[in-house]
Amino acid sequence: MLNFSKINVLIIYSLFIFIAIFAVLNFQNDDEQYIKKKINLGLDLQGGSYLLLEINSDSLVQEKIQSKVIPIKKLLRDNGINFSNFKINDNNLSLSLDNIEKFDLLFNSRKDNLVNPYIDNYRSFELEYKKINSDQIEISFSKFGLLTINNSALKQSIEIVRRRIDDVGTKEPTILQRGEKRILVELPGLKDPERIKSLLGKTAQLNFRLVSDNKEFGTDELISENGEKLNISKRIIMSGENLIDAQPSIQNQNNEPTVSFTLDRLGAQKFGRATSDNVGKRLAIVLDGEIVSAPNINEPITSGNGMISGNFTFQEATDLALLLRSGALPTPLIVVEERTVGPDLGEDSIKSGITSLIVGFILVILFMLYKYKLFGLIANTALIANLLMLIGVLTILEATLTLPGIAGIILTVGMAVDANVLIFERIKEELKTEKSIIHAFDSGYSRAKITVLDANITTLIAAIILFAFGSGPVKGFAITLGIGIITTLFTAYFLARHLTSLVVLNTKNKEINI
Amino acid sequence: MTNFNFSSKFKHANIFSVILFFISIILIAFKGLNYGIDFKGGTLIELRSNNTEASSIRDVLKNMDLGDVNVKKFGKEGDFLIKFEEKGDNNKLIPEIKKNLSDNLNSDVNFRRVENVGPKVSAELLQSGIIAISLSLAAMLFYIWVRFEWQFSIGSIIALFHDVIITLGIFSLLSLEINLSIIAAVLTIVGYSMNDTVVIYDRIRENLGKFHKLDIRDIANLSINETLARTIITSVTTLLALFSIFILGGEILRGFSFAMILGVLIGTYSSIFVASPILKYFKVSYKTIEKEEEKIVP
Repeated sequence: MLNFSKINVLIIYSLFIFIAIFAVLNFQNDDEQYIKKKINLGLDLQGGSYLLLEINSDSLVQEKIQSKVIPIKKLLRDNGINFSNFKINDNNLSLSLDNIEKFDLLFNSRKDNLVNPYIDNYRSFELEYKKINSDQIEISFSKFGLLTINNSALKQSIEIVRRRIDDVGTKEPTILQRGEKRILVELPGLKDPERIKSLLGKTAQLNFRLVSDNKEFGTDELISENGEKLNISKRIIMSGENLIDAQPSIQNQNNEPTVSFTLDRLGAQKFGRATSDNVGKRLAIVLDGEIVSAPNINEPITSGNGMISGNFTFQEATDLALLLRSGALPTPLIVVEERTVGPDLGEDSIKSGITSLIVGFILVILFMLYKYKLFGLIANTALIANLLMLIGVLTILEATLTLPGIAGIILTVGMAVDANVLIFERIKEELKTEKSIIHAFDSGYSRAKITVLDANITTLIAAIILFAFGSGPVKGFAITLGIGIITTLFTAYFLARHLTSLVVLNTKNKEINI
Repeated sequence: MTNFNFSSKFKHANIFSVILFFISIILIAFKGLNYGIDFKGGTLIELRSNNTEASSIRDVLKNMDLGDVNVKKFGKEGDFLIKFEEKGDNNKLIPEIKKNLSDNLNSDVNFRRVENVGPKVSAELLQSGIIAISLSLAAMLFYIWVRFEWQFSIGSIIALFHDVIITLGIFSLLSLEINLSIIAAVLTIVGYSMNDTVVIYDRIRENLGKFHKLDIRDIANLSINETLARTIITSVTTLLALFSIFILGGEILRGFSFAMILGVLIGTYSSIFVASPILKYFKVSYKTIEKEEEKIVP
C-alpha cells in the first residue's frame, strides 16, 4: 500500500492540481475572465426572489365548455337529432336526445370532426359523454382534453410571464415549468419583488365595451373610476389580442400620464367601425373585470391608434402599458410559494458563513496537529487539498452555493479527517504487533480501507437522497456534502497515503511516532 | 488502547435509552412538533428596525386581522421574526404590512427576508420530507444487509430510530421549529450515526473471526475499546465544526446546527450503547459470520 509507481504519483498530483486550479477561478476579476466558470451564489446568499406560481385552469375549462354549446347544437340540428333540456353546467353540458346511437356515431367520428376533434398525440377525443339514463347524456372534456387545455394554458402562461419579466429588465431570471400546473421563477438580485408579484398577479384581459342599457347581449353593472354605476354591454367590441404595442405617455394638455396603444389591421377595422357607429356614446375600457375609464366617443377613431387615460400615476401607466404589450394570461396565476431574501441579509449570511468556515477549519487543524503531530500535518495537508478540490469540483459543475451549502462544507471539514483518523488509529494498533514499521503502515492502510469505504458510503447515501428530495437551499447542502465525501476519499486514500509513504520510507526502521 | 468496561453498563444504558425513546414518542404524539411555515403554511417576515419593540409590532399587526401573529427577537438588537398563518392575497398583503409598519412605528423598516408557503405546497414539502427520511432509513438498512449479516442490519436500524426519535423528542420538548433544514440535519444525522455504527460493527465482525472463545459481550466491549479513540476524535472534530456554525453561522443555521450537535452526541452514544449490545439479543457469535463468510466483499 505504500508503494507508488511514478505514473501513479503523476496521475494523483495532476488530477489534484487540475481540479484545484478551478477553485482559483472564483477569485478572478469579472472583467478579465479567461475561463468563464464560477460557483453561483444561491438566492439566499446574493438576495433575490423565488416564486412558485400555479395556474388554475378551472375557469378556462368553463369558458371552453361554453364555447362548445353552439357547435354541438348545430351538429344536432344539421343531422335531425331532436334534443331538449339543454343545460350548461360548470364543467359539463347535459341534454336529452332522441337518437343517441346516431349522436355517438357523429360525436366520435375521426373525420373532419369540428365539434370533438381527435387528439393524435394522446389517441383520444377532446370530449367524452356519458349516459345518465336512457335518453339523457352529459358531455364533458376527456382526461386528455383537460390535459391539452392545461398544457397549452401553462405554455402560454410561461411565455407571458417571461415577456413581463424581461420587460422589467431583471438580470438572469430563471423561468421553468414545474410539474403540470406550476411555474418556477427565480429572480436574483431583485430590488422590488412586490412590483413583479403585482405584475404577475394580473391576468390583464383588456376589453372595449359600450356603456349601454341595451339588454340584447346582456349587461354587467360595473363601477367606473369616478364611482359611477354603469351598465356595460357584454358584447366585446375589441379585446387586448388586437393590440400590437402600448407605451406610457404624458398627455400634453394637462400633464396626465396615459397609455397610448397601436392596433393591428383587424383591430383598427373593428375599432373604426364601432367608434363610427357609436359617436356620442361612452366606451368602457375594462381590465380584468374592472373599468379603467369610460370616455365619450367624440369622433370615429380609424387610425388604429388610441389612448387610455384613467387617473394613473406614471408608474401605473408604465405597468399597464407593459401588461398590455406582453399580452393576457389565459388564467390567473397564484403565488403558492415565495422566498425573498434582501441583499443585505445575503451579504450577512455570506460573512457569517465564511467566518464559521474559517474558524471551524482552524479548530480542526489545530486539534489534528495536537493529536497526531507530524501525521497531523499530513492529515491537515490532505484537508486543505480536500477543501480546494471540493471548491474546484463545485466550480467545474457551476453548482449553486447556498447557506446550508456552506454548512455542508464546514461539516465536510469536520468529518473528512475521519478517514485519516481511522487509518492512523489502525496503524497504531498494527505497530504494536508488527515489528516492521513499513509492514505496520501497509497493513494499517489495507485493513482500514473497507471500514473507511463503508463509513463514507452511508453518508453518501444520505446526501443522494437529500439531493433527490430536497429543494432550493437544502439541495445546496446535499451537493457540498456529497461531493465532499468523494474528495475526502480521494485525498485520504491517495494524497495522504502518498505523503505518509514518503515519511515512512525515509525514516526506514527508526522510531516513528503517530 | 483503552480498557473501559462498557459491557457492564449495557443494561443500564439500554433501560435509559428505552425510557428516553418512549418519552420522546409520547412528547411527539401529545405535545407535537413545532412545524415551521415550510410544513404548516403561512408567512414569515424577518425585519430589521433601528429602534422598536416586539410589542409595538404586535400592536400594529393586531389591527390587520392576520390571525395568530407571532413576533420574536431574532439575533441582533432591532431584528425581529414575524410569523403568521395568513389567508389573504399574498400579492397585496406584504406591501400592506410593510406600509402599516413603517407608518406606525417610529423607525425604518427593512424586510430582510419574506417567505410564504401556501397550504398545498407545505403539505407536499412535509410529505417529501417524510419520504426522504423513510427512504434513507430503508437505504441504510439495505446497505448494511448487503454488507453485513441481518442481525447487524436490524441492530443498526434500531440505533438509527433511537437517534432520530430522540432528536425529534428533544425538539418537541424545547418547542424548537421543524423546517426544511431540520430535515436535512436529520438525514445527515442518519448518515453520521450509521457511519459510527459501521466502524464498530466492522471491528466486531473482525474480532468474532479472531476470538472464537469470547462471547459477544466481550467482543463488543473489546471492539468498542479498540475503536474508541477514533470515535472520540471524529466526534470532536465534527463537533468543533458544528459549534463553529452554531455560534458564528448566523440565526438561519442555528436550528440546523443545534439538531446536528444533538444528533452527533446521540449517534455516538447509540453506536456504543445501543447498536453494539443489541447483537447479544440476536445471539451473534463467530458462527453467524462463518455462515455468510462468502458474502463479504474482499
